[in-house]
This record gives sequence, C-alpha cells and structure tokens, in this order.
Amino acid sequence: MNTRLNTLKTYKMYVGGKFPRSESGRTYAVTTPEGDHLANAPHATRKDVRDAVAKARAAQSAWADATAYLRGQMLYRAAEMMEGRFEQYVDELVDAQGLDRDDASDVVADSIDRLIHYAGWTDKIDAVLSSNNTVAGSFSNVTSVETRGVIGLIAPQDDPLYGFIDAVGAAIVSGNTVVAVTSHRHPLPALSLGEVFATSDIPGGVVNILSADAAEVGSWLASHDDVDGVDLTGVSDRELAAELETKAANSLRVVRRPGADSSDSLDRIRTWVQYKTVWQPSAI
Amino acid sequence: MFDYSPAPESAPAHINDHYGLFIDGEFVEADGDQVEASINPATGAELFTYAGAGSTDVVRAVAAARKAQADWAALPGLERGKYLYRIARLLQERGREFAVAESMDNGKPIRESRDFDIPQAAQHFFYHAGWADKLDYVRPGAQPLGVAGQIIPWNFPLLMLAWKIAPALAAGNTVVLKPAETTPLTALKFAELCQEAELPRGVVNIVGGGPQTGTALVESDVEKLAFTGSTGVGRRIAQSIAGSDKRLTLELGGKGANVVFDDAALDQAVEGVLKGVFFNQGHVCCAGSRLLVQENIAEEVVERLKTRLSTLRLGDPLDKNTDIGAVNSGAQLDRIRQLVEQGREEGARLWDTGTELPTEGFWHRPTIFTDVQQSHSVAQEEIFGPVLSVLTFRTPQEAMVKANNTPYGLAAGVWTSDAAKLNWAADKLRAGIVWANTYNRFDPASPFGGMKESGYGREGGLQGLEAYLK
Amino acid sequence: MGSISGSVTSGANAAALVRTLPRIDAQGLEARAADLSTRSIKKDSKARAIDLAISMVDLTTLEGADTPGKVRTLCTKAKNPGSGSGPVAAVCVYPAMVATARDALAGSGVNIASVATAFPSGQVPLHVKLDDTRAAVEAGATEIDMVINRGAFLSGDLETVFDEIVAVKAVCGNAHLKVILETGELGTYDNIRRASWLAMYAGADFIKTSTGKVAPAATLPVTLLMMQAVRDFRAETGTQIGVKPAGGIRTTKDAVKYLVTVNETLGDEWLNPGWFRFGASSLLNDLLMQRQKLASGHYSGPNYVTVD
Repeated sequence: MNTRLNTLKTYKMYVGGKFPRSESGRTYAVTTPEGDHLANAPHATRKDVRDAVAKARAAQSAWADATAYLRGQMLYRAAEMMEGRFEQYVDELVDAQGLDRDDASDVVADSIDRLIHYAGWTDKIDAVLSSNNTVAGSFSNVTSVETRGVIGLIAPQDDPLYGFIDAVGAAIVSGNTVVAVTSHRHPLPALSLGEVFATSDIPGGVVNILSADAAEVGSWLASHDDVDGVDLTGVSDRELAAELETKAANSLRVVRRPGADSSDSLDRIRTWVQYKTVWQPSAI
Repeated sequence: MFDYSPAPESAPAHINDHYGLFIDGEFVEADGDQVEASINPATGAELFTYAGAGSTDVVRAVAAARKAQADWAALPGLERGKYLYRIARLLQERGREFAVAESMDNGKPIRESRDFDIPQAAQHFFYHAGWADKLDYVRPGAQPLGVAGQIIPWNFPLLMLAWKIAPALAAGNTVVLKPAETTPLTALKFAELCQEAELPRGVVNIVGGGPQTGTALVESDVEKLAFTGSTGVGRRIAQSIAGSDKRLTLELGGKGANVVFDDAALDQAVEGVLKGVFFNQGHVCCAGSRLLVQENIAEEVVERLKTRLSTLRLGDPLDKNTDIGAVNSGAQLDRIRQLVEQGREEGARLWDTGTELPTEGFWHRPTIFTDVQQSHSVAQEEIFGPVLSVLTFRTPQEAMVKANNTPYGLAAGVWTSDAAKLNWAADKLRAGIVWANTYNRFDPASPFGGMKESGYGREGGLQGLEAYLK
Repeated sequence: MGSISGSVTSGANAAALVRTLPRIDAQGLEARAADLSTRSIKKDSKARAIDLAISMVDLTTLEGADTPGKVRTLCTKAKNPGSGSGPVAAVCVYPAMVATARDALAGSGVNIASVATAFPSGQVPLHVKLDDTRAAVEAGATEIDMVINRGAFLSGDLETVFDEIVAVKAVCGNAHLKVILETGELGTYDNIRRASWLAMYAGADFIKTSTGKVAPAATLPVTLLMMQAVRDFRAETGTQIGVKPAGGIRTTKDAVKYLVTVNETLGDEWLNPGWFRFGASSLLNDLLMQRQKLASGHYSGPNYVTVD
C-alpha cells in the first residue's frame, strides 16, 4: 500500500517568461467531465491582460528580428520538449476531456506534429506569399510579408491542446508575439505548455498564456490599442464574438472570426502577416 | 519674360444634364426621386444632377448584382477577361473625354487626369483582364465571393473605381459601387461605357448618393465590402459588420513620412517631396505630408522646396499647364483651413507661395509648415490638402522612430544614396508602401494598402486579388 | 552643398570637392525632365519662345568638307535668317574657318565661336590644344568651345581635367570659354555633375553638353542636370555660368522644352543668349518654318526657308 502523498501541481500562468499567479490572486476550480476536482487554475483579469500585452509588446521586435532559421529551431525545440512530456499531456487530456488514452495520445502526437509543421514554416512564408511585381517602369518592386505585432487570441474551448498550439503557432511563426487565453473549461494542458516554452529557448514574452473566461477578459484584449490582431477562434458565443469584433474595429485591428477554416495553416499564417511593397528605381 | 499663354484642353467632356442610377444595365431614377447635384469646384457652378439612391434602390441594385453573379462567374475566365479588355480599350479611346470630365467634376489639373488617372484606370482593367483565366494560380480552386459592395472616395474617382471593379469582376464577382457624393461623374460615364462594352446586365451597378447610400450598401446583403476613404468611416464600417460573414478591405487615411537623409540626391529628393504632397492638391491618402529631414541639411532643403514650389502654377484645372487645381469641395477647403489655422496657433511657422487665387471656386495655396514638432496637430492629423509639415531628425534611428510614431501606416518615403541604409529604412518603416528614392508611384501589379489604422487588405497585384476570392 | 567657397585654385582641391557632390537619382532626374516636357506652349508664348530660341542659336558647321564658301553662306544666314527673324547668337566653326567667319560677320554683332583643343576627341598633347586655341583666338574667335579630357576624367585624374581647362582659359584672352563635357561619354549623371563643377571651378564661362559627334548628344535630363549645377554654383560662388546643349536638338518643339526647363529651373536671368545657347544646325530652319506658320496661319515647308 502506497502511503506517499501525491504532490499536486499548482498551475500558474505564463507571462513574460515567468510563471505568475493572477494579479487578482484568484483561482477557479478545474474539474473532470464528471465534476471531480482536478486543480485550481489562475483566474486572469483585465490587469493580467494588460501586463501580458506589455510583455508581448516588449518581446516583439526582437522576436521578429531573429532570423527565421533561428525561430524555426526554437519552435522545433519546443516540439522536442513536448515530446519529452508526452505522457503528461496524455494524462491531462484524459483528465480534462475524459478521452481514452489512445485518442489522447493521438491528439498529443498531432499537437507535437503541428508544432513541427509550423517550425518548418518560418523561412518559407515569404517564398510563398511574397511577390516580385512587374510594374510599368524601371523599378524594383517587391511585396514581402511582415509581422503584424502583438496578437490577442482566444483559444478553442473544446480542443484545449491541439487547438491552442495551432492558433499560437500560426501567430508566432512569422514574428508576432501572442497573448493567448486558454480554453476556460480545460485550461490545464495549455497552461502546462508554459513549461515547454520556458525551456525551449523561445524568449520570454513571445507566448503569454492566461487562463480566463473569454467573456470576462476578451473585451479588454480586443479593445487594447496596442494589440495588432485578434483571433476569436475560441469564442463560440456569436454575440460575444460580434461584440469583441466591434471592439477590435475601434482601432481597425484584423480579426479572425470564429468558424474560419482552421485546417490550412497558411490561411491562418496569412491572417497574421501584412504586406509591404517597396518601390525602388533601377537606373544609373 | 516667358509667360505661358493659356492652353485650355478643348476636348468635349460630354456631360449629360442628369444621370440616373445604373441598375441592371439601365439608368433608372431613384424610388424617392431623390436628386443630387454635382458642382465644378473650380467655379462653384452646378455641372449636372444625378439620382441619389435610397435604401430600396440599393436593395434593388444588390438584387440585380446577385441575379447576374452566377452567370458571370460561370463564364469561362477568358471570356470574362475579354470584357475587361474591351473596357480597358474603350477607356483608352475615350481617354481625353474622361480626363476632361474628371477635371471638371473633381478640380484636379488636366495634366494629372490625362497623364495619370485615366491611363492608370485603363491599365487596371487591362491588368486584371489577364487574371480572369488564371485565378487558380492565385489560389488553387479559387472561387468568387459573390456580390461586392464598393465605396470610393472623391480624390481619384475613376481610378478608385477601376481599383475596385477590375479585380472584383476578374475574380467572378459582380458589384454595386457607390461613387463619392461630390464626384460621381466618371463613374456614371463608366456606366455608359459598360453599356457600350455590352457587359452583361447587373454585373456592374452604380448607385450615386451621400452617406446614407453608403450606409445602405454596407448593411445590404453583400458578401464583400471594399471601402476607400477616411479612417473614421472605415472604423464605423468595420464595427457595423462585426459578427456578420461579410468580408472587408479598408484603404483609409495616412500621414506619410518622407524621410530625407543628408546623403540623398537632393534635387530629386526635393522634387519627390514636392510631388509627394502637392500631387492632386494633396488629396491623396498616401501623401508624404510629413517631411522628416536630417537636421544638417534641413535649411537647404526647405529653401529649395520653397524655390521650386514658387514655380508651381495654380489655376484653371483645364489649362494644360496647371500644376495645382481646385480643392474638391467647400467642406474640404474649410477643413484644410481649420487645420492650417490650428497649426499656426500651435506655433508652427507657416509659409505659402503667395499665389493669387481665383475668386470663384475652392482654392488653397501650397503651404509649408516649418518648426513643426511631433506633438503639433499638423504633424499628427491628416490634412488632405496642399500642406507640408517639416520636421527634423538627428540620426537614422530617430528618423524611424518619428516616422512610425503615428496611428497610420499607409505609405512612407526614404531618400538616400546609400543602398544599405535604404534597405534598413525600408525594413523599419511601418507602412504598407515604401517608396525609396521615389514617391507616389502606382501600378496595377503593385499591391497597395496600409498597416495599422490605415486599413487592411491590398488592392492591386496578386495580393489584391485575394480580397475577391475564397 | 557644404561650405565650398568660390576661390578654388588647385586641381586637387577642385577634384576633392566634386567628389563630395550629392548623388543624382537618374530616374528622378529623367522624370522631372519628362514632366517639364509636358508644358503646352501655344500662341503668344510660342511666338516669343521661337524668337528667343533663334537668338540663342550657335549656328554650326563642323565638317571636314567645310569650305570658305559654305561658311560664308552660313554667316549670311546667321545675320539674317529670313522670315523676318533677327540674327542668331553665333556661328560655330573649326579654327581654320574662323578668319572667313570673322570677315563675313564683321559688324553684325553675331559672335564667332570656334571649337578648339583638337575637337572632338581632344586626344593630343596639351601644348597642341593650346596652340589650337591660340590660333582660333588670333583668327578672331570671340568664343572658344573646348572639349574636356575625357580620358583623364574617366581614369580618375580630375586634376588634369581641371588644369587643362585652366590652361585653355588662360590663352582665351577676351574670348568666352565654353567647356564641352561630351556627356555621352561620361557614362553616368553623377559624372556629368562632377565634370560640370570641375569645369566651373576651372573658369568655364559656359558648360556645354556635347560635340555633336557622339551619341547621345544633348538630352533634356542631362541639360537639366547642368542647369541645376550652374544654379547651385551661382548660389555658392556668386558667379553665373551659361549652359549650352548641343547636338540632336532639331525641332521647335525640342527647343521649347529646353526653354521651359531654363524658365522653371533657372528663371529669367538665364533666358537670354548671354547665358543660354543651342548648338545646332538644322534647328534654325524648323524655328523659321514655325515662325512663318504663326505669322501666316498655315504650315510652311522646307522650300520656304533657305538650306543654309
């Protein structure tokens, strides 16, 4: 008979490379589908959103300026770290969603593979989306892609690991930084990813993870003037989505609406880049 | 000693007394018999009247576009393209007539409408015609979105129409377009040209009118909205379609910085700065309305600018030697004057050419503000008139910080003879368009559009077509 | 343009200064020239422009086959071009023809310009260039059109280019010195600007585009660039220098474009034969035909102006 008491994990958020509790000091109970208590998750508030946006902003230009090759290696490194915690994520998904272990294993494998897929995108986005434009005149005219900046995202509610990685990966791959709100009901797998990112060489502030209710913090994220794009993938309530889109429209931020096709990674990536066209005379 | 005699363009503009709404291939009157008038800003005299569309008219126009869309999309791409080629050719043939009409309705100099607006509009149709049968190369399996509602501004009336209609049609969409309230003429003449080109009914619908017409179009049953205009209106459109499935591209305001380094080709930089802000009376969203000049050459550059500016000829838009035409409307003139007055009150130093202004119509002298500080309103707010604000910088890093210190991000210019510095600056500038050692260049193959509060989506080029495909 | 003073006395000094000139963006320059070309000059302004252009023509013959008879014919036309027009600015000939021109133009006020310095190539020792110049001046030339040493220029030896101009200027006496840059051989606009300044520092009274023997000869962008150089030179030194495009300007339409460019770049002070010239032979007849057309209201033809 095992007399040793299990050490329960305290889940914290991941902001600016550190693991803070919520500024409010509040937590909320996370349960299994059956209602059994699993753990407490930090209850993020508008001030946590504010702090996370500041950290994401501070990290953004260095992340964008890192070579695409380096960004790719760091994302691949994150995938390696996930692989090392494979069973942990299987456990978390089984607990959170009541999946059987085989199905959960498939999701974890797909999640790691998705991260590897994005790791390989970093230095190819320009090749696919850029263009050398043939203008009527003696000019070099090139359209290339640029990062947008800081992306606020509400991750899917019912796909707490893969959906989170897919949304975050598409944003950071091109040099954006993110403030990502986890599934409210199933925040633990995403919160655990903080440990992966912290040990993957990806600089602190590139990925910021908050566990919160989108209805509570979403409007602070969407209305923040220093957020350059808003991903509403995880907002299932149509009215809330419309409200958040309206907020984002105030500063004319790009919004990815819920229900946008999520299977094509390039389509996601494209949302979070913007085109810059440079004209330059060619003459002596 | 060498005065230029008047050289009025003599080609007729063929302007009707009245134009209806163009719906389903025919000119019809508005349901409420609403009639608007368009005036010639160079004289203040009424040019013609036109029907103003109410919401039921807009519904009718969208229905016509909807009815036409499936057949239009089902046409082989090459056949759709041939209609666009036909339109491009007709525009070229009737180029002079359209140029005169544009200058009369808008106030811009004939040399600009003749050498820029109309040829570029034709080029846009020509360019996009060629895409119509190659859409799979833009995106495999590409499909049109459906009906596009398009709202365009008054600064380049026909050209903005071309930017909107050509890609939409090439991609298999049909359109309902609202021209600006003060400049509907060339859009209505374009409607006649669509008839001449035997474009299938309903593919292009033109509904004149004011802000209410625009609101009705935004709220109508379209799949796609494309708007070029002010940031304020763009914001309201984005808000009003929140939660819908409508797609939106916005091409909004700007406060473009023209950054001149001390190693620039000075004569060309001065010319570029001048063209950058005084082109089209400064009614250009991408105007380089902020000159950021390195402090050690600032005085010399400003002197050269003033000398050169003094050679600009202001007056009759139809005179072939006119460089600066009329401000498009009394309302716009008031706004320019108000911002200029505010700049003066805030302490910026004003200089203008002292040119004698015509007594009729709406006019504003080319104006330069020096001693402008970043916090002055003339450094922050879009004036949309012939007014240049001059600021200085000490180092390249400071230049970039100042250039980017604006909510806008449409266009920027950089002038240097150092290729490495040029690449560095082009990379740092947060703007959708960077003109390096040139300014205000446009081409249908070159995607145009902004960052930040200057909007999203691109027009022109491969990237511009994406906005009309799914 | 920094703090250059007008007292540049050494070739090394001048060479160092011209290397610091701001660069030229070719496309911007050409765009500006194209822009100036779109001016529409009609009616009265056209009539004035034609008369002004005629008064600025250096009527030129520079052929191996030139004879005294040919030169006398040309001089007669220079004095009295016909169609009611006043005389041209100068007749431009080889040194061997200067005496003939002097006699033919005596008392007319038309200047006698002579190419010199082993025109057009200039590929002879300096003392030969100086002798060539002296001969022309002694024969009665009031204006000398010299060529710069392009070989020296392109090899980077700007001092030699400067020194030769100074030397030629010294033997010109009272004759005005026009310095031909032969822009078609200099390769870049930057080089043309450097050569312009070098010539002005060295004492040129005029800078001239071309010999007419090399293509491209005068172009509007090149001439515009040289106008900008004389404008800047005067702003800096107080000394006004003239400009002469030569070669390839054949029509009234072309000439008017150049005058518009003078007007909008340099202004009134350069809009006279003292400061702006056209080096041309066939241009004059087109100007005369256009003059007739304006007077009569119908188009003229080549048989209504004299061949030389």
